[in-house]
Amino acid sequence: MMRAALTDLPLILDRVSLSAGATTMLDRLNLAITPGAPTLVLGPNGAGKTSLLRVCMGLAAPSAGTVSWGGRTDRGLGRRAMLLQKPVMLRRSVAANVAYGLAQAGCPRHRRAARTEELLDRVGLLGLAARPARRLSGGEQQRVALARALAREPEILLLDEPTASLDPAATRHVEEIILMASQSGAKIVMASHDLGQVRRLAGDVVFLVRGRLCEHASAGDFFDRPASAEAAVFIHGELVL
Amino acid sequence: MSEGLNAWQLIASGDATLISIVRLSLTITLAAVAVAAVVGLPLGALLALTRFPGRSALVVLVNGFMGLPPVVVGLTVYLLLSRSGPLGAFGLLFTPAAMVIAQALLVLPIIAALTRQTIEDLWREYRDELTAMGVGPPGRVATLLWDSRFSLITAMLAGFGRAAAEVGTVMIVGGNIEGFTRTMTTTIALETSKGDLPLAMGLGAILIGLILAINAAAWGLRVWSEQRVA
Repeated sequence: MMRAALTDLPLILDRVSLSAGATTMLDRLNLAITPGAPTLVLGPNGAGKTSLLRVCMGLAAPSAGTVSWGGRTDRGLGRRAMLLQKPVMLRRSVAANVAYGLAQAGCPRHRRAARTEELLDRVGLLGLAARPARRLSGGEQQRVALARALAREPEILLLDEPTASLDPAATRHVEEIILMASQSGAKIVMASHDLGQVRRLAGDVVFLVRGRLCEHASAGDFFDRPASAEAAVFIHGELVL
Repeated sequence: MSEGLNAWQLIASGDATLISIVRLSLTITLAAVAVAAVVGLPLGALLALTRFPGRSALVVLVNGFMGLPPVVVGLTVYLLLSRSGPLGAFGLLFTPAAMVIAQALLVLPIIAALTRQTIEDLWREYRDELTAMGVGPPGRVATLLWDSRFSLITAMLAGFGRAAAEVGTVMIVGGNIEGFTRTMTTTIALETSKGDLPLAMGLGAILIGLILAINAAAWGLRVWSEQRVA
C-alpha cells in the first residue's frame, strides 16, 4: 500500500466540542484512541455516540478543539473506514457495491474481482453477489457495508451501532466479522447501547452522557468498578437521563 | 370520414412524403435532446452539488425556463441566426441545424432542472457514505449520475416529448421548407390551413403514437429498474 507509511493512530481528541445552533452534541471531550483491543462507545440515546464517531472519522469538523490522526490534523481520509448506522447501498449489485469501495481505496482494476469475492466470502454473502444491493434485508445490507468498509483495509474501523436492528443470529455473524477484523490488526471503535455486546467485544469502554466523556476505562474496570454514578446506574440497567 | 380513411391509407402504404417528414422530425428532435443532455446533465449536477451566491436565483430561473414559450425561443434563435444577427455568418437560419439548436434550448431547462432535483435528493442520501469512502468531486458527480440513471433517462424522455410535439420554434427558425425543414408539427399546421386533412391527420396519429410509445418506454424502464436496482 502506498499509504502504509502514514498511520492514523493514535487518534487524539483535544477538548473537542461539536454543536449545531443551540444544540451541543459533544462537550469539551478529551480522548485518546490507541492500537489494541476494540474500544466500545457506550451511552444512552442522544449521548453523542454518533457525533463522536463522525468527528473521529473526519465527517464532521469540531466546533472547538482539535482532532489529530497520528499527529496530523487534516481531515483528509487516511486509513479510516466507517460503517454508518444506516448504511447506504448504491443502486447497483452487491458485488458492484464492494468493488466501488475497492476502487475508491485505490485497489487496481485487475485485482478487484478477486478481492470482491474474498470480501464477500468473508461476510458470508458470496451467494448474493449478483443481487441488487437495495433489495437485501437489513442484516445483509449491514454485511455488504462491512465488506465495503473492509475494502479500505482500514487501520481504524468505526462502527455506529452495527447490530442495532439485527436479530441475535445476524448480530452474532456481524460480531464475528468485527472480531476477525480486530484480530487482523484493525483498531475497532464501535458505538453500542447493548451491554451484552460491550462485555463480549470491549477492550476498553468510552462512556458518554449528554455529550460529555463520563468515563474511559478498561472493560473490566468499567463493569466491576465504575467510577461514576451514571455508569453504575447504566450498568445496572436503570435509565440514565 | 373519408379523410380519416385516407389518413390510414397514407400511413399503411408507407407514403414517401410522410416517411421523410417523420424521419426528419425524429432526427432533429433526437439530436436536440442529445445536445441538451450533454449540456444539461453536468449543468444540473453542478447546480445540485455547488453552493455559490445567486444559486437560488439560478435554480428558480432554470425551473421557470421549463415552461419557456416555444415561439419566444424560436424568435430568440431567429434573431441570433438571422443574416444581421451575431451568428448570422454561419448561415444556419432555415436549416435543420437551426431547428436542432432551437429545440435543444427548449429541452435544456427541462433536463437541467430535473437532473438538479434528482441529484440533489440523491446527494443528501449518499453524502456521508461517499465522504467516508473518500470519493472526490469528479467521482461524486459520476456516481450520482450513474445511480440516478433511470430517473435521468425519464427526464430526457420528457424533453423528447416536449420537443417532438412543439410547432412554434421549428416553424420560426426552420421556415417549414418542403423536403428540407418540414416536420410533423409544421406539416400538420400547414396542411390543416390548406384543407389537406388526410396528411395532417395521418401525421397527427403518428405523433400521438410516438408520444405514447415514449411514455410507455419510460414507464417500462421505471418498472424494470425498480426490480433491477430498486
